[in-house]
Amino acid sequence: MTLTLGHFLSLGAMLFALSVIGIFLNRKNLIVLLMCVELMLLAVNMNFVAFSYFLGDMHGQVFVFFILTVAAAESAIGLALLVLLFRNKSNINVDELNALKG
Amino acid sequence: MDAKTGLFYLFAAVLLFAAFRVITARNPVYAALYLVLAFFQASAIWLLLRAEFLAITLVLVYVGAVMVLFLFVVMMLDINVEGLREGFWKHFPLAAGVGALIALEMAAVLMGGFRLTSPKTLSAIQGPETSNTLELGKLLYSQYLYPLEIAAVILLVAIIAAIALTLRTRKDSKYVNPADQVRVKARDRVRIVQMPVTRQAEPAAEPAAPAAETKA
Repeated sequence: MTLTLGHFLSLGAMLFALSVIGIFLNRKNLIVLLMCVELMLLAVNMNFVAFSYFLGDMHGQVFVFFILTVAAAESAIGLALLVLLFRNKSNINVDELNALKG
Repeated sequence: MDAKTGLFYLFAAVLLFAAFRVITARNPVYAALYLVLAFFQASAIWLLLRAEFLAITLVLVYVGAVMVLFLFVVMMLDINVEGLREGFWKHFPLAAGVGALIALEMAAVLMGGFRLTSPKTLSAIQGPETSNTLELGKLLYSQYLYPLEIAAVILLVAIIAAIALTLRTRKDSKYVNPADQVRVKARDRVRIVQMPVTRQAEPAAEPAAPAAETKA
């Protein structure tokens, strides 16, 4: 029994589904929400790398490189916003982020 | 079932377990540490797929930088952990429904096709004598040069944004505006008071006689 593309795609799909479940479960904790987004990006990258290997195309790996860059920038800015939020409201509850509501 | 398949199942099982613990961990610190474990397992799976450079980059960038940042922030903020957990089970039916829906959709797609067993032979990916890093670098610095520079600008924007968002001016620092210092005039510093050159002497005070007596 050898590894097929379906193995890796299934793994990525399960990872993605787990992180979606995590986003629904941890509705109050902004830090775990950010971690779930990171997991989602990891699942997408897994698909890219698997396709790159099985189709013999290096361009998929280049895309993974750019996704890693954007994910790093996203988490840095997200954590900065989180620190700022905690400084102003003293908690990180997502439900209380309604200052923009009219 | 060869060794590679066994390794894949091992890494995939640990990866899914770690991801499960990330979303169910009670303490955000544990969630961050399990996320580190998940990244390590994903890196091992990418090594199986012969993406060596990306596997090392995942460990260096994510475990080395991003997760340390996460841990710093988690430990710096004084979070009420129990308060964040309430409503966890209330959302569980919705989460399970959405998760099952996604799993069914993905299964429907995956059942239809993707039976590729043997990877296509390409010198860039196949073979121990070619370097994955070299091939990736050739692509990045020739065909993807412009997107690479955009990525660099994105990182710069992230640096500036993170610093600008969290910068606090200290109230106890003795900071002087240099422009004000340069523009200062003499009359801002010295006040000239008009007063007579000589002044009449005060009449001499009475000697402190009682004090002198008690001393004697």
